[in-house]
Amino acid sequence: MADLAIAAPASNHTSRRGSAFWLVVPGIVFLLAFFLLPTLQMMSISFVERATGDFGVSAYVKLFGSKVYSRVLGTTFMIAFQVTVLCLLLGYPLAYWLSQQPARRQRIALMFILLPFWTSPLVLNFSWLVLLGRNGVVALVMSNLGLPGGDDLLFSRTTVLFAMIHTMLPLTVVTMLPVMNTVDKRLTMAAMTLGASAPQAFWQIYLPLCMRGVATAGLLVFISALGFFITPALVGGRQETMISQLIITQIQQLQNWQLGSALAVVLIAAALLTIFLYDRIFGLSTMSGGQTAGSAEGKLRLFGIALTKRVGGFFSRVGEVYGRTIRGLPARKLLSAYCTLVIAILLFPIIAFIPMAFTEGSFLSFPPKGLGIRWFEAYAASPLWVSATLRSFAIGIVAAALTLVIASFAAFALAKSSSRLAGFAFLLFMAPMVVPPIVIAISLFYLFAQLQLIATDISIVIGHTVIAMPIVFVILLATFKGHDWRLDQVASTLGANRFQVVRRVTLPLVRSGVVVGFVTGFLQSFQELTVAIFLGGGLKTTLPKQMWDDITLQVNPTLAAAAVVVLLIVIIMFVIIECMQPRRT
Amino acid sequence: MHMPGNIVATSSATGKSGAEIKLHAQGLSKSYGTSVALHPIELKIRSGELLTLLGPSGSGKTTLLQLICGLVEPTNGRLVIDGKDHTETTANKRDIGVVFQNYALFPHLTVQENVAFPLQMRKLDAALIRTKVQNALAMVGLVEFEKRFPLELSGGQQQRVALARCLVYEPSIILMDESLSALDRKLRETMQIEIKRIHRETKSTIVFVTHDQEEALALSDRICLMNAGRIEQLGTPEEIYERPASTFAAEFIGITNLLRGHVEGMTLVTAEGVLPLPPSCRASNGERGALIIRPEQMSLVAAGNCFLSGCVTESIYAGSETRVLIALRSGAVFTVRRQAGQQLLQLGSEVGLNWEPRQSQYLKS
Repeated sequence: MADLAIAAPASNHTSRRGSAFWLVVPGIVFLLAFFLLPTLQMMSISFVERATGDFGVSAYVKLFGSKVYSRVLGTTFMIAFQVTVLCLLLGYPLAYWLSQQPARRQRIALMFILLPFWTSPLVLNFSWLVLLGRNGVVALVMSNLGLPGGDDLLFSRTTVLFAMIHTMLPLTVVTMLPVMNTVDKRLTMAAMTLGASAPQAFWQIYLPLCMRGVATAGLLVFISALGFFITPALVGGRQETMISQLIITQIQQLQNWQLGSALAVVLIAAALLTIFLYDRIFGLSTMSGGQTAGSAEGKLRLFGIALTKRVGGFFSRVGEVYGRTIRGLPARKLLSAYCTLVIAILLFPIIAFIPMAFTEGSFLSFPPKGLGIRWFEAYAASPLWVSATLRSFAIGIVAAALTLVIASFAAFALAKSSSRLAGFAFLLFMAPMVVPPIVIAISLFYLFAQLQLIATDISIVIGHTVIAMPIVFVILLATFKGHDWRLDQVASTLGANRFQVVRRVTLPLVRSGVVVGFVTGFLQSFQELTVAIFLGGGLKTTLPKQMWDDITLQVNPTLAAAAVVVLLIVIIMFVIIECMQPRRT
Repeated sequence: MHMPGNIVATSSATGKSGAEIKLHAQGLSKSYGTSVALHPIELKIRSGELLTLLGPSGSGKTTLLQLICGLVEPTNGRLVIDGKDHTETTANKRDIGVVFQNYALFPHLTVQENVAFPLQMRKLDAALIRTKVQNALAMVGLVEFEKRFPLELSGGQQQRVALARCLVYEPSIILMDESLSALDRKLRETMQIEIKRIHRETKSTIVFVTHDQEEALALSDRICLMNAGRIEQLGTPEEIYERPASTFAAEFIGITNLLRGHVEGMTLVTAEGVLPLPPSCRASNGERGALIIRPEQMSLVAAGNCFLSGCVTESIYAGSETRVLIALRSGAVFTVRRQAGQQLLQLGSEVGLNWEPRQSQYLKS
């Protein structure tokens, strides 16, 4: 995400400027039709009185007036805030450690970190439900160690925070990492030769330089956390109810669109406010990696510099004392140990599914009772599970293909054009990332209900395409911006026609980016739950939706078998990406 | 070309008495696993001199520089600065300034803040910092740019900021790592003059790393020529140019015409025929060696009564002189300098080459 800049297009084809720009049009039309307008329409319902059909704000009066609702709002913001701060604190050292690794090891480590992320939050949280349960492995270990409270781990604020952080830590790390990777290592070296101690070089030089990445990660995590419902629904108690759960209740069970949409407006408003603050401090274009030098006299900048100086000086003294007294433990080893531990914890719940799925018993338990493939047989024999898996797979392929085509056109256009509309197009393509999926889901639900398209595969495909668009677009934009277009010009001067240029030069060079984009789009769709809950009805369920229903209705090890299938598919996708990595470096 | 592993650079480093030794690398070496970046070297740098570490990439010059400034820990050996052992001193505690290859200016800090950084690290008084920064910026002519960010400056200006940031705290040793290589030719020459001026004014010891032999000749009091992790030759530019210690040194610096062969009597038998050796040289019968003649020491004569003959293959006009390339019978190509105003030579015409044998040099291989 960091290598992009809308402010300064990489290529300056003055003669061709704008000629490729029309390629962005399909994407703009798609996002206007299935994202922006439906969202605005859905938002407008909150201002229409249910009984009379007149304009009114009674929904908002109810929201902020009633204790029940305002408490949920407060809880949601508090949880989102806590999750964000903790994710940044826990994720920063991990991202830093990754940025110090050689490229290949970094990629492998990143795959381990992303494995739980793409295996879907549903599976993760469900795993915690089993592992942290009254008879779970954690309770067992705690009672063996003589620690109290092992039988009461679930349904508390701490558990919700832990599970949400666990779910979002990979997102935090992958957002911060690209910026850290671009920080020139020689700068900290230079600081050292100029007299800075290691802590001073870190706080005064390194940290400010990767602050953009930290802020972007914070923004994304906060907004995702605001719209979260899986974790509080599964491992949280009544006290941890969040806005999205209320939206689901209001719309799915009570058909109260006015209140449901008002809740969605609150979510959007909060997201927009966060983005506004982010823009004021860091400049929105930094999200795409544009350099905003800002004013040298900016109060915030001077404050930041003064602050890092203080902190740097403080830790420098701490370091001196540390160096004099307990020099035994090298910081580097501590960091490696910490990161290994975090990655292990990230992987634990999905790895734990494997033995659970192979249990012979009738209940999900860890450690499993006996080994066998009974539940895989049950899974394979169940038409419900098999059809859900196949549908998810098909929807994933179609949605990924659609996303890839639209995003490629747009990314190509934006990479080669410096039109003033490019900024607008960029924001539109990124917008679905900062609108909670639940809002997108209910907006599309409302739209497709009018079009009689509810419970069709096409509606789910469209929903998934909207949700996958930003990330796939960013990957392709980076790919096209990183591509040296002069090579294409060279090819044509060497006698290649337009088609040959694309086939022999452009495609081979951008291939890995395109494959990563496709796989990402597929995984996004394959693990997506929210849209499937609203748009897939009856028999038209996807795999995550089937799992969700299973968890809420009855829990049996078939679910674990399905989770293992998901894990396997994600791993296959990762292997595909790794195989596509260009060998040249 | 071949030198013993542990080179003791004696030519003039230790010879000249009186000159104070600022920095002494005693058997300093660096290996990464099994690959040796720098073999144990012995190098004494005099106080106030401008010494160039010259060599092709991979010759160990940057490793040596990093060892000196403390960014890399040596595998073996000691580093003595001003008579004190500084091998264990961390980079931030050494009194050394470094100007990095791509300047390494802090992009989030203004010019003024960049230059103030080392002074702040040394906890100087704010008012003093202000005057010192002003003076340093004045020295490089960038006072009016103090509020700009590095990315808003041109390459040459960034280079000056990096220099000012290094000069401002008056380190007694300044290391420059290929500091001029990113600049275009004109600017590079201006900066070379600037560095010479600053060197004179500040009387600091400067170690300059470059792979550009012209730059090394133009700047240095002494050149330390490096190759494959060893010191090949250490001496003044004149010494290295006029009396190269090895064929590597001869070929790396300046344009060199070189012919290999074996010694018979006072001649060298080569593929081009039998050539006279310089009278002063000591060579024993049968040994292999090379004869070296610089282009400006050769004269073009009519084919016939001459040492070598060949065809004119190229004539390169360079204003004050013309370089003529001559293909010899064996395929070797020699370069000869001709002063401007002399008659042009037809391409393909047969010419002869002559030189004073005492101006040529013999190097045992």
